Amino acid sequence: MNGDLHVLLQILVMAAVTAVLRFLPFLMFRNGENRPGVISYLGTVMPYAVMGMLVVYCLKNVSLLTAPHGIPEAIALLAVAALHLWRRNTLLSIFGGTAVYMLLVQLIFV
Amino acid sequence: MNAKTARLAFVASIPVMAGYLVLGAGFGVLLQDRGHGFFWAFLMSLSIYAGSLQYASLDLISGGASLITTALMTLMINARHFFYGLSMLDRYQDAGKEKPYLIFSLTDETYSLMCAPVPEGADPRRFRLLVSVFDHCYWVLGSVIGGLLGPVLPFNTKGLDFAMTALFTVIFLEQWLSSKNHAAALLGLGITAVCLAVLGPDRFVIPSMVLITLTLATLRRRLEVAEDER
Repeated sequence: MNGDLHVLLQILVMAAVTAVLRFLPFLMFRNGENRPGVISYLGTVMPYAVMGMLVVYCLKNVSLLTAPHGIPEAIALLAVAALHLWRRNTLLSIFGGTAVYMLLVQLIFV
Repeated sequence: MNAKTARLAFVASIPVMAGYLVLGAGFGVLLQDRGHGFFWAFLMSLSIYAGSLQYASLDLISGGASLITTALMTLMINARHFFYGLSMLDRYQDAGKEKPYLIFSLTDETYSLMCAPVPEGADPRRFRLLVSVFDHCYWVLGSVIGGLLGPVLPFNTKGLDFAMTALFTVIFLEQWLSSKNHAAALLGLGITAVCLAVLGPDRFVIPSMVLITLTLATLRRRLEVAEDER
């Protein structure tokens, strides 16, 4: 029981710290007037940079030096890009690319 | 209007559904392996709602880490959410009474959907709320399913979590196609890739975010001029 109580407290701490991190910018820069220009500027350019970061983040455990050298990921990413440039249909690109990846890792690069 | 917005929000959230059901189920399975059943998975996914932290918490929980250690780990892993908030200040400005929920539920994936334009014909405020609620439901549902079904899933899901990578890639492409200046996008990719190569997969996120922020701030004058020329 004591163990469960500690886990409950751990969950509480994780939830609270995560919430603080999410709410902090909104509490710090509540209204537009006293927001420094650099913050507004970062708000507009950040999504572009963050999306690049998240793509790399998803690929963080891909090893280029050991087999299969990131080849399935590279092929699937090309499939996503090609599908998207062709039809510009978000769902098609995502599911097409995912299907390609699943086939590659389940059947070819096992 | 309401039904149309709901439908558009659901369609927009489908890629996240695929990713969250799989990743959430993965978390539920692993948590159950460590002796905490689906109720714990439900509680954590509902209240913490942060994927990479919840995966990292498996060791914290089974290892009985202290509350201080738990808090520090949370701070390290989730610091990036502070930066997400910065770019949502304006978008969430007029959100009204649902604003606290929108802020609480701003995960990587929901953030990426919020960065994309609201589809034509949807009520923006309702659309953002619904997308946030749908995503949260997928995550909770996925982790409960994982906790309940454990290792007896009906089909081979190996590789299905690539949906998340594909989602980010498509949004990256969309942003690329819709703007002339690619400096910020390239900096995001490049700085993160270098940090990953130098620091390894376990501690590159925060240095990347800090470097990206500093570099963008330093280049502000040049990038803002480029912005006017769009």
